[in-house]
Amino acid sequence: MSLLDIKNLSVRFGDVTAVPVVDGLDLSVAKGEVLAIVGESGSGKSVTMMALMGLIDAPGIVSADSLQFDGTDMLRLKGRQRRHIVGKDLSMIFQDPMTSLNPSFTVGYQIEEVLHQHMGLKGQAARQRALQLLDRVEIPAAASRLNAYPHQLSGGMSQRVAIAMAIAAEPKLLIADEPTTALDVTIQAQIMELLVGLQREQDMGLVLITHDLAVVAETAQRVCVMYAGQAVEIGHVPQLFDAPTHPYTEALLKAIPEHSQGQRRLTTLPGIVPGRYDRPQGCLLSPRCPYVQARCHQQRPPLDAHERGAARCFYPLNLTAEVA
Amino acid sequence: MTVDTTHPALDQALLYPSPLKEFWQAFAHNKGAVAGLLFMIVLVICALFAPWIAPHDPSEQFRDFMLTPPAWLDGGQLQFLLGTDEVGRDLLSRLIHGARLSLLIGLASVLMSLIPGIFMGLVAGFFPRLLGPSIMRLMDIMLALPSLLLAVAIVAILGPGLINTIFAIAIVSLPSYVRLTRAAVMGELNRDYVTAARLAGAGLPRLMFITVLPNCMAPLIVQATLSFSSAILDAAALGFLGLGVQPPTPEWGTMLASARDYIERAWWVVSLPGLTILLSVLAINLMGDGLRDALDPKLKNAQ
Amino acid sequence: MLAFIARRLGLLIPTFFGVTLLTFALIRMIPGDPVEVMMGERRVDPVLHAQAMERLGLNKPLYAQYFDYIGQLAQGNLGESLRTRTSVWSEFTTLFPATLELALAALLFAGSLGLIAGVVAALKRGSLFDHGVMGISLAGYSMPIFWWGLLLIMFFSVWLGWTPVSGRIDLLYDIPPVTGFMLIDTLLADEPGAFVDALHHLILPAIVLGTIPLAVIARMTRSAMLEVLREDYVRTARAKGLSPARVVFVHGLRNALIPVLTVFGLQVGALLAGAVLTETIFSWPGIGKWLIESIGARDYPVVQNGILLIACLVILVNFVVDILYGLANPRIRHQR
Repeated sequence: MSLLDIKNLSVRFGDVTAVPVVDGLDLSVAKGEVLAIVGESGSGKSVTMMALMGLIDAPGIVSADSLQFDGTDMLRLKGRQRRHIVGKDLSMIFQDPMTSLNPSFTVGYQIEEVLHQHMGLKGQAARQRALQLLDRVEIPAAASRLNAYPHQLSGGMSQRVAIAMAIAAEPKLLIADEPTTALDVTIQAQIMELLVGLQREQDMGLVLITHDLAVVAETAQRVCVMYAGQAVEIGHVPQLFDAPTHPYTEALLKAIPEHSQGQRRLTTLPGIVPGRYDRPQGCLLSPRCPYVQARCHQQRPPLDAHERGAARCFYPLNLTAEVA
Repeated sequence: MTVDTTHPALDQALLYPSPLKEFWQAFAHNKGAVAGLLFMIVLVICALFAPWIAPHDPSEQFRDFMLTPPAWLDGGQLQFLLGTDEVGRDLLSRLIHGARLSLLIGLASVLMSLIPGIFMGLVAGFFPRLLGPSIMRLMDIMLALPSLLLAVAIVAILGPGLINTIFAIAIVSLPSYVRLTRAAVMGELNRDYVTAARLAGAGLPRLMFITVLPNCMAPLIVQATLSFSSAILDAAALGFLGLGVQPPTPEWGTMLASARDYIERAWWVVSLPGLTILLSVLAINLMGDGLRDALDPKLKNAQ
Repeated sequence: MLAFIARRLGLLIPTFFGVTLLTFALIRMIPGDPVEVMMGERRVDPVLHAQAMERLGLNKPLYAQYFDYIGQLAQGNLGESLRTRTSVWSEFTTLFPATLELALAALLFAGSLGLIAGVVAALKRGSLFDHGVMGISLAGYSMPIFWWGLLLIMFFSVWLGWTPVSGRIDLLYDIPPVTGFMLIDTLLADEPGAFVDALHHLILPAIVLGTIPLAVIARMTRSAMLEVLREDYVRTARAKGLSPARVVFVHGLRNALIPVLTVFGLQVGALLAGAVLTETIFSWPGIGKWLIESIGARDYPVVQNGILLIACLVILVNFVVDILYGLANPRIRHQR
């Protein structure tokens, strides 16, 4: 059984008739698996995971058939029960480490808070454990950093602290929401290395939300590609990169500089992601798709499973040859 | 010089709304601000045409009608709509004439502090070496005293009366203008358009008053509104303490001071002048909020 | 932290001298001859006049007069009241606890109610409660408190007879002043009846004096809280699985308090000004009433040095608020 199993998750802002930001998403993560969610800004990647964490406030509405995590349906949980899981078995790190730490409290306090909340550790015991955690995330001179305030740390250091906070209670699933986007390029690789190392050591599930396909290729086992709130392709790692089955995935891969050597310009997809009010009647990609057919303009394709994963397309690419 | 007037009709969509219209739309969006503006218009009309609007002379004493309650109560007289005070003067007429004084004090003290305040603030901003810090130190010292206390001290020295009240309130509100102007000037001075004007050879007065000052006006206008309302409050407070405008002049605060002794017998003498003060100050503050939102979105959360 | 305090302390000194300059100038600005003014503006015998000038040091040049004044202050000599012939300092110290008691009660009222109202309004943004808090606080902010005091007296004291009209305590009680705080002194004197009576006397003035700070604190708390609740670190705190109360009050309020504290500090000056009015309305025997009566009686030494003392008080309180601000905000503390 998978660690996380999301069935038909939708998130809307406003009333039930509002266009969903996340639309009928199915997703699963196995124990110890690294799943990457990729897609453009506003495609609903972060919102999906925020919904799982219970961080969507009114006027946001979360609905799903189930949000199964480690045997419990997160959707049915109320306040206190949810908080026994969130931050403990299920934890999250965010995009901007400089604003994600509370400026008024020391690093030590903010880590010990988690230890107190979920492991009942206090005083010296919590201090010791926090110190170990800082060591674990490879912060130099950890002992002196415990009393530092977030504004005294660099971005990379802050993200390490955020990671220490997130793994403090040994989660079964860690969600990393673009953990390197706000950091210097030189730091990005270090942080990714740290995350993957921790994931292997603790055998925890990792959901990696990112724009960076190179990172995905190196770290993830499976990928979910999202477009306009929907999963358009789900597949395993080397295959998806070698032979994408959805036109949007193909377009994303073509936009990687390494893939377009010799070309004068990067290949890009014309047009923009449809907004809330200008959704096409048919496939959401139809206005931009280079392979568009008449049917694509009339009907929305379902996410259909095929031998290498699933694609939300009537005419999936790179399949027929192998099937035939 | 000939001007080509036959240019093609401008595309309507490209015409930006005039700044005034844009301002009004933003201002009218705030219901409270519009209500405040309406009340202020009524108040200004009362002040301008007081002798014609007021039913009686404000100092005429109707000895047979002392402490008559408002018209709608038992024993009320239609000719004294809001009742009379302890010596039989018509309360409504006194309130209407009081609007004159309050608005006069507000306007005069704002002008008397705004103009020197802007000037000192500009100087402090443009001369950050010696003159600036010394001006700011002086303002800090003035701010060390609570405004009403400083006003009380000034009136205590100069003696009570209308002119001294205005003077005291003007001095008290000076530091806020100086600080605000200086802060705004310091912000603008680093902008490229100022450098451009400098390079173009603009002289100091031109830089100060024509290049920089207009860009600092938004917070100053808002502050002027707010200090208008606190001027009315402070003037009334001084009047109440017996240090402001002296009786029998119908000043709202002074009216309250003499009404204190009748608190057990005639609630209207106590309630109505204070209510007038509250409503006027409230109206101006509402307007100030609307102005702030309309003029400078950045200031929205500043208060 | 000590370095931070020392830096702030250094800034106080020029301000203090500036204020002495101000109060020094105040008396010299009195129109007319100060000796004549002090002696009641009768025709003064020229010999006596010269003696008075000599005694007051008024025949010296201005800068020498100023140094005399500073010298006197340095020796702790604040002059004596023309009316009572007691020293200004001892009058101040007898009356100040009454003002402090009133101001603390007002701050307690305004601070507790304002914080709660502001936080709840922010959490229930757009609700009826929120609109109510905003409306009432705008009215409170515009309130002429001398009238507000009269209204409350009229309603609660005259009509309902619930609270006394004026003073700190009923004349029946004879409470020996130990701390100067009536609430504490009545307890020390073991007179529970007097304690309740003193509390009754305190309620209305404290509400009146606390009205404007209440409005300001409620508004400020609301807007600061709204801003803070949008911050990423609040989301982080929620993602840690902390209880909503902990998220709001520890992670949210702690940061929202920083701007509120600043406003709180600014309110202390306004509070002393308000005390002048409140004490006058309620015949509260504090420094505000003392100052106004001295002005009425042209008791210039009291006016001059009373104002100096009050200014020093405001400076001191602002200093304390600065320190608190540093404690609440590590970014300020570490600034150079």
